[in-house]
Amino acid sequence: MKLELRNNKDFWAGLLLIGMGSGAMIIARNYRFGGVTNMGPGFFPTVLGGLLTAFGLCILIMGLLRNVKIQRGPSLRVLITLMGALILFGILLEHAGFLPAMVTLVFLSATAGREFKVREALVLTGVMTFIMTAVFIWGLGLPYPLIKGF
Amino acid sequence: MELFHNLIFGFSVALTGQNLLYCFVGCLLGTLIGVLPGIGPLATIAMLLPLTYNVPPVAAIIMLAGIYYGAMYGGSTTSILVNLPGETASVITCLDGYQMARQGRAGAALAIAALGSFFAGTVCTIIISVFGPPLANMALEFASPEYFSLMLMGLVTATVLGHGSVLKSLAMVVMGLLLSTVGTDIFSNVDRFSFGISELLDGIPFVIIAVGVFAFGEIVSNLSNPEERVLFTSKMGSLYPTRQDLKQSVGPVMRGTALGAFLGVLPGTTPSIATFASYVLETKVAKDVSRFGKGAIEGVAGPEAANNADAQCKFIPMLTLGIPASGTMAMILGALMIQGIAPGPQVMTRNPDLFWGLIASMWCGNLMLLLLNLPLIGLWVSLLKVPYRFLFPAIIAFAAIGVYSTKSVAVDLYVAALFGILGVTWRMLDLSPIPMLLGFVLGPFMEENLRRTLQVSNGNLGVFLTRPISLAFVIVSALILMVMSLPAIRKKRHQIGD
Repeated sequence: MKLELRNNKDFWAGLLLIGMGSGAMIIARNYRFGGVTNMGPGFFPTVLGGLLTAFGLCILIMGLLRNVKIQRGPSLRVLITLMGALILFGILLEHAGFLPAMVTLVFLSATAGREFKVREALVLTGVMTFIMTAVFIWGLGLPYPLIKGF
Repeated sequence: MELFHNLIFGFSVALTGQNLLYCFVGCLLGTLIGVLPGIGPLATIAMLLPLTYNVPPVAAIIMLAGIYYGAMYGGSTTSILVNLPGETASVITCLDGYQMARQGRAGAALAIAALGSFFAGTVCTIIISVFGPPLANMALEFASPEYFSLMLMGLVTATVLGHGSVLKSLAMVVMGLLLSTVGTDIFSNVDRFSFGISELLDGIPFVIIAVGVFAFGEIVSNLSNPEERVLFTSKMGSLYPTRQDLKQSVGPVMRGTALGAFLGVLPGTTPSIATFASYVLETKVAKDVSRFGKGAIEGVAGPEAANNADAQCKFIPMLTLGIPASGTMAMILGALMIQGIAPGPQVMTRNPDLFWGLIASMWCGNLMLLLLNLPLIGLWVSLLKVPYRFLFPAIIAFAAIGVYSTKSVAVDLYVAALFGILGVTWRMLDLSPIPMLLGFVLGPFMEENLRRTLQVSNGNLGVFLTRPISLAFVIVSALILMVMSLPAIRKKRHQIGD
């Protein structure tokens, strides 16, 4: 039987855990490990990183033995659009103000949907921006300027 | 009849027009904000906290308690309707509540959640006033070894909830513990894993992980596989639970209340442990376990009662010991300090009006929630009729504000985006994020108590086994782990047999 790694679920899960676990161990080497009596800041993270690596290794081996396929992957387009919208929201909120940030966030998120229609999305953006402003800025009095730098 | 006297005194404080009004406003605002998807009780209280600054101390804490209960109930509502837990405790409600909603029984699920919570609230009001002081004395005897073993037990229980492999669930618990070490180490002031980002020095806020992994992860997977997103049945069925529903819920509510009340008193446990424990208990008690995860009403009734019982009893360690037992309690503690009240054992003697007034208003708050929510169930259910393409940008907008408003730094949004990506990857690889979340919440307490224990015991690990209460927790953890691995072995055998 030919070993197929590209879609092997447990292989990648194991690899991810090993990566994060050993990464944590390497970074934690900068913190004092200490002893059992007097644990340093590096003790807990190092032990946990080791445990995570060990678990990852077991899961990886199980993956090689069982070869369970990844069934459904997320759409990369959706993921990038939504996370991009979130990051853009943060940047605009700090530099351009609440209104431009909110308009961008809602409209850009809406484009990630399958049944996207420009007019519908524009109306939604308008309505949501108004609701968010009413609830959070006028209602709860969050101290964010609506427009900045103009 | 000192207790009777105290309760009457409490009600005389709570039932003044002014305090009743603050209690009502708190419940209403708490539910309104808490019901917004992606905003949990923690974010809700954080957002509403400034409103209480200019209110007299007793009224302020009564209002905060109202906000707390309202937000908790609002959180359950979003878990049931849109499968978005605002807090770890509501994750459990998602399991069966959301399935009930999908089957057109959202109304019944919401009503049972409200009724169960009210029952738990009523019982716990009595428990606090009767057993509060002696229970606090018992919890006072817990030292670091007991806390550590208790949390160990909580984490082992958490693995029960990860679907599929026990190994992966345990790995995710460790992942959560590891994530919780981000930020300044309280013992040595060394900043760990902050990568030079000063905003990370206080650790990764819970809201970010909750919103990033759960809210965003859910939306991304819904949009990626639209054909798999089973639509709700167009007819919502009855808005109210049937006689059969009520009959099935009585047992779970009673057991959930008992569990929640017991676990709630112990500081360091989170409401999630109570809800997890209640859910596990119900699956063990039930005749037909296969119904769970597919819309079993017991899976909503038990954990919801446990959640409310726990939430209410969390006030005991806070008011008597000054120990915040959860993130939300820490927030209330902070609010008390702003009011110039030093929480601790002296609260009961120095501010009896505050202590007993709060206890009485807890019951009033619960009653108000019931009166507020039963008529509004129809309104919450109608939320479901909004098409998803309108709903998801709105959820993202609320969630983004929820993340940003806790500290008002944009870095939190970027970290949330990172966790969104991580959450989607975890889901794809069948790495359940629920055990991770619990590990993350308990991590700091665990590390602190482990280090303190070993400092005191001179590095002797046997101390966990020589102290009877600690030993009991360790034994239970080992038992759960053993039972847990049995079905896994069976499943594996089954697969090999295939």
